[in-house]
Amino acid sequence: MNLTLKVWRQKNRNAPGHLAEYQARDIPVDASFLEMLDIVNERLIESGDDPIAFDHDCREGICGMCSLTINGKPHGGKGGVTTCQLHMREFQEGQTIVIEPFRASAFPVVKDLAVNRSAFDRIIQGGGFISVRTGSAPEANGTPIAKDVADRAFAAAACIGCGACVAACKNASAMLFVAAKVTHLNSVPQGQPERDRRVLGMVRAMDAAGFGNCTNQYECAAVCPKEIPADAIARLNRDYGTAAIKEALAG
Amino acid sequence: MKALYLAVIRFYASSIGKKMIVALSALGLLAFLLGHLAGNLLIFSGPDALNAYAAKLHGLGVFLWVPRLGLLGLVGVHIMATLHLAAQNRAARPQEYVADATLRATRSSRMMVLSGLTILAFIIYHLLHFTVGNLHGFHDDNGVYRLADGSMNVYKMMVVAFGVWFNSLFYLVALTLLGSHLSHGVSSLFQTLGFTTPRTRPLYTWVGRLFAVAICGGFASIPVAVLAGFLK
Repeated sequence: MNLTLKVWRQKNRNAPGHLAEYQARDIPVDASFLEMLDIVNERLIESGDDPIAFDHDCREGICGMCSLTINGKPHGGKGGVTTCQLHMREFQEGQTIVIEPFRASAFPVVKDLAVNRSAFDRIIQGGGFISVRTGSAPEANGTPIAKDVADRAFAAAACIGCGACVAACKNASAMLFVAAKVTHLNSVPQGQPERDRRVLGMVRAMDAAGFGNCTNQYECAAVCPKEIPADAIARLNRDYGTAAIKEALAG
Repeated sequence: MKALYLAVIRFYASSIGKKMIVALSALGLLAFLLGHLAGNLLIFSGPDALNAYAAKLHGLGVFLWVPRLGLLGLVGVHIMATLHLAAQNRAARPQEYVADATLRATRSSRMMVLSGLTILAFIIYHLLHFTVGNLHGFHDDNGVYRLADGSMNVYKMMVVAFGVWFNSLFYLVALTLLGSHLSHGVSSLFQTLGFTTPRTRPLYTWVGRLFAVAICGGFASIPVAVLAGFLK
């Protein structure tokens, strides 16, 4: 199939970017979106041009490394899939596709379509972990967890931290990401000792990184490749409110 | 005391804290809307019922300023926090998408600032109109809008005001925007204060819509009834 691509090209973080037009000819319909970009890049390299920079790693939809906002929709907007699992058969012959990076001031552009998502790492450092004595793995049945709690924690733990929620949010808010991590760890018994410290620390790290604020429009959940529900955000709000009150009362 | 003060400052400084302050101030304003509507609907019980209610409120004298200042404070906090949030939201995405797409966000959710600021303009007009009364000359001391005992004839004020079609039209436009604001705002309130669960989300969405329709339909019934000649 033949496509017209309008790709965001930007030399580095501080340089102004622009949309550059490329003709992508004879693309196999079974190619993935990233394979399509690989083909375009090979031709750019052959003709001596600078290839388009984009992030990718596992190409199996589980690492959270690929990004791309495709026609205004992160990961193509299908929901439940990452860009690497999006195939060209989803597009029309002759279609024009606008490809932009995930846009947020907290995700500065490294080059072209690749952005720096270290802000998510700083949020995790704010409390997205449990402090345990490491060593041999504990007996799996030693800590009983109710089925509904385990299911909720597991569904939230599916978050791969790709940042599509931020990219889709009208305000570039990271609430769905933080909500997924807090829901995961604050649901299970292992996360209880640090639950208040965790939510306060993660929300403060999120605010410090310069993300926007949630306005309950749920664009995030619509594009999430792991289908984290927006209800997780209500849980985050509840946990944060409780922890903030406890902190205030404790002085 | 200082620790509490610092905790409040820290709460307001956080994203979720500001959102909760918006939600809590909205709760107070929603309660006011219900009370205000209930009072206004007395117009359908005739001039005596409405005027008696107004006389009772005015009879509070200085104490009427307690709810008035409270409301003013709530409106101030609601607007200040939302404008803070909106400014942060704009700063969080300095470079807009060239191709912008919306997948799920409702129209009302996307025009909250616009609908909110229009409602603010309307509130100012509304206060000048009825409370201060200098737009229609309601409070000029010629006695036209006063009852025999000297208290305000609120019934007559409302019928005269809404008898002017463009006045009623402006009220209806403002009410429509208020409805839009409420339908997103009320359902958001449950989410922001942390009550929403997968099972209750559809319920809260409908609570928001029903509340918006009930409040706006209730208020709109008065200018419509006046224009239709039902209230004279």
